[in-house]
Amino acid sequence: MDRTALDLWVGVFVAAGLAALLVLAFKVGNMSGFKMSDAYTVTAEFDNIGGLKPRAAVKSAGVVVGRVSQIAFDDKTYEATVTLSLDKRYAFPKDTIAAILTSGLLGEQYIGLDAGGSEKKLASGDRIQITQSAVVLENLISQFLYSKAGGGSVRSPTPSATGTPEK
Amino acid sequence: MTGIGVFFSAIGRRVIDSIWRLGYATRFMALTLLRSGTSLTRFSLVIREIYSSGVLSLIIIVVSGLFVGMVLGLQGYETLKTYGAEQSLGVLVALSLVRELGPVVAALLFASRAGSAITAEIGLMKTTEQLKALEMMAIDPIARIVAPRFWGGVISMPLLAAIFSVMGIFGGYVVGVVLIGVDDGSFWSQMQAAVDVRHDVINGVIKSGVFGFAVTAIALFEGYDATPTAEGVSRATTRTVVTSSLAILALDFILTAFMFKGV
Repeated sequence: MDRTALDLWVGVFVAAGLAALLVLAFKVGNMSGFKMSDAYTVTAEFDNIGGLKPRAAVKSAGVVVGRVSQIAFDDKTYEATVTLSLDKRYAFPKDTIAAILTSGLLGEQYIGLDAGGSEKKLASGDRIQITQSAVVLENLISQFLYSKAGGGSVRSPTPSATGTPEK
Repeated sequence: MTGIGVFFSAIGRRVIDSIWRLGYATRFMALTLLRSGTSLTRFSLVIREIYSSGVLSLIIIVVSGLFVGMVLGLQGYETLKTYGAEQSLGVLVALSLVRELGPVVAALLFASRAGSAITAEIGLMKTTEQLKALEMMAIDPIARIVAPRFWGGVISMPLLAAIFSVMGIFGGYVVGVVLIGVDDGSFWSQMQAAVDVRHDVINGVIKSGVFGFAVTAIALFEGYDATPTAEGVSRATTRTVVTSSLAILALDFILTAFMFKGV
């Protein structure tokens, strides 16, 4: 079998197609970005997770250190149980605070980890004790209006901004 | 028979006829897959078909990809500007191309460029009794003519769709960043943050593979089943383009429903 000009063109075509796939994977997609080589999971319980979704980022000091792997509802405590898978490379103290934050005013929600001062580190399966729920905009506004109506001094007659379900 | 009776029997005949054709097409497809051995042992046959359906479709794919991407860039910018979210232009262009427009538009172009050519070629072979001549020489036309074209189409389609998406993203980049002046860094970084390789890119490739399968199978069957006259071949070619375009859009809905369930 001889090499023909046809083979050359088909070779160019296949190479271009594969190069396009690689561009999609590395330049357009996030293959080159954060990837979880080895992960350990911890859980955290929140009164209200707001609009948090599975696969949302877990950030500490703004750096992505893991992902939300699962969100479940606990019908004993009526709280949301969020399972986080964190990169093995990063260890966090036992008294780390997990807070649900929003990137920008209307951006997507993520979990921010604030490291505490404990000597002991979080291990796989541990539960993060101190959590801060998502801020629900409607509750904030109603609280603000309520305090305005009540003469300007900041009181909190409404339930805490985090305690009521969204909408 | 009364008028109504004629009417209903005509409907019945059409239904039975189309189910008959469906069964025939399924058997034809199964035979093509079963007799693909020759295509693997004589891969140069497949390479020739990759050339005629893939390489020759490159120009239309590249040019239309570029234009679709540029239009997406312009339209997306106009809309996103209202919300002050011009930086998300990269996300919009990349996601719509990788998930939907790349596979679907590339497959529609492929159906009208390569699918119609396959149908016309095989239909003409049947009309001029070349397929019968092959059988006379104890050469199986399905193994020798149909299967290589099938695999050529199935291999070409995902590559064409990927090239289409990349050209489209490049077109969106040219319009958004070079001409309009969206920030270069956030165009790419937001795109990379939003496009997931497994969820978006791989699913797009799976889609285009399914479309390639469907388009080539329809084109081959219509050609093989064409009435052996000049009019029959022309009707078969038309049917290929219509049927495969409908099949692409319907399959796209089904695949999208499976892949992106709104989670």
